[in-house]
Amino acid sequence: MISIVNYGLGNIQAFANIYNRLHIPVTIANTSGDLAEAEKIILPGVGAFDWAMTCLDASGMREELDSLVLKKKKPILGVCVGMQIMAKQSDEGKLEGLGWIDGEVKKFKETGENTKLQLPHMGWNDVVPITKEKSLFNSMSDHALFYFLHSYHFLPHEAAQAVAMTDYNGPFVSAVCCGNVFGVQFHPEKSHHWGVQLLKNFAELEIC
Amino acid sequence: MLRPRITPCLLVHNNGLVKTIRFSNPKYVGDPINAVRIFNEKEVDEIIVLDIDATAQGRDPDYKLIKNLAAECRMPLCYGGGVKTVEQVERIVSLGVEKIAISNAAIRTTDLIHDTATRVGNQSIVVVMDVRKSSSSAGYEIFTHNGTKNTGINPAEFAKRMEADGAGEVVVNSIDNDGGMIGYDLKLIQEIRDSISLPITALGGAGTLKDIARLIERFGIIGAAAGSLFFFKGKYRAVLINYPSRSERDSLCKSRLNSK
Repeated sequence: MISIVNYGLGNIQAFANIYNRLHIPVTIANTSGDLAEAEKIILPGVGAFDWAMTCLDASGMREELDSLVLKKKKPILGVCVGMQIMAKQSDEGKLEGLGWIDGEVKKFKETGENTKLQLPHMGWNDVVPITKEKSLFNSMSDHALFYFLHSYHFLPHEAAQAVAMTDYNGPFVSAVCCGNVFGVQFHPEKSHHWGVQLLKNFAELEIC
Repeated sequence: MLRPRITPCLLVHNNGLVKTIRFSNPKYVGDPINAVRIFNEKEVDEIIVLDIDATAQGRDPDYKLIKNLAAECRMPLCYGGGVKTVEQVERIVSLGVEKIAISNAAIRTTDLIHDTATRVGNQSIVVVMDVRKSSSSAGYEIFTHNGTKNTGINPAEFAKRMEADGAGEVVVNSIDNDGGMIGYDLKLIQEIRDSISLPITALGGAGTLKDIARLIERFGIIGAAAGSLFFFKGKYRAVLINYPSRSERDSLCKSRLNSK
């Protein structure tokens, strides 16, 4: 069973709709009790860093999630700010992150080569996986596009945790992986057939 | 490479979708959810839905409609219409909407853009400016209430203020070109482009894909939004939802793809 964490942000229903169409069992978790049967977890997100942390704390699910992710090693996929809060800290906020991945969230460099960089980074961009096999990007086409909407990006402290790169005023890390913890900066739930493929891959991944 | 965005804009009026000409003569073009389903199949870049009754009637956003739209949309959704408080913005984000458009309230309520951007993040706050050429000077002015109230505010100056307040995107809607299918007002877009470094979406006037190509050639990364172009076919304006294919979109961005 894939559990989608409903802590008041992100398009929960869009994830559920995709898994329903794929006939993959999915449930929406509103309380820590709802997470009991979670085999895999999705932590969605649209919003600012501190607001996301505040909502997650208020949901009463944080402790259970810590235990599922850190002790029981259940695979979890963070999306957009749901990925960013897996870091220790962010330029965007004052609150501490979940710290599941050793890294921090940085603001994009404001100046481009010739003109000022447009921020937020908004729209469809290429995502280049570092490895495809046995990853979120398994059997993904070489020209996969994903939808981005953000001004901050994840910087893992260990280079090996970067699993896909995207170019915006230079390369940045658009997907991370650390054991059972996965994160994508883009929105797979809003990225048409490429996003569906990625969510299917997450459901089918076997973590050893 | 980041692609320019090509975005259908849907106007909700009396629970149906309409298309206007210069913000008047709404013509019924279909059902909102049905249109979203067709745009899903066409894999559109994103979608804007504006409830043009909410502010004019002084009522709240229709949360039931927003919830249904968000559940149906397989592409990013920007909702606008009647949004005037931080609480409304939070509620709409929690329904699964990626971007919230604020227009009239951004002008009337000081700090609204700052306060909403602080809560939900600037990436989700879109300011929509309905703009008309000034009748008294050479410049432009922002109008509200579906083009009926002149604020006398200069759009380039207002956009700059909105950027400083924390907006994440500006939609520039030309009332003069709305529904005319005569091309975007490139001079207006240029004025806004020169004043801010936020993403901009142009709306009003697109009649052919060439108009979109021209916009992209001139501005590179930009949003090209349109209503009539994606709803009407032929000179008799028969209602037929259409949208460029993946390869047509690639060729519209050719000037950018080649420069890389």
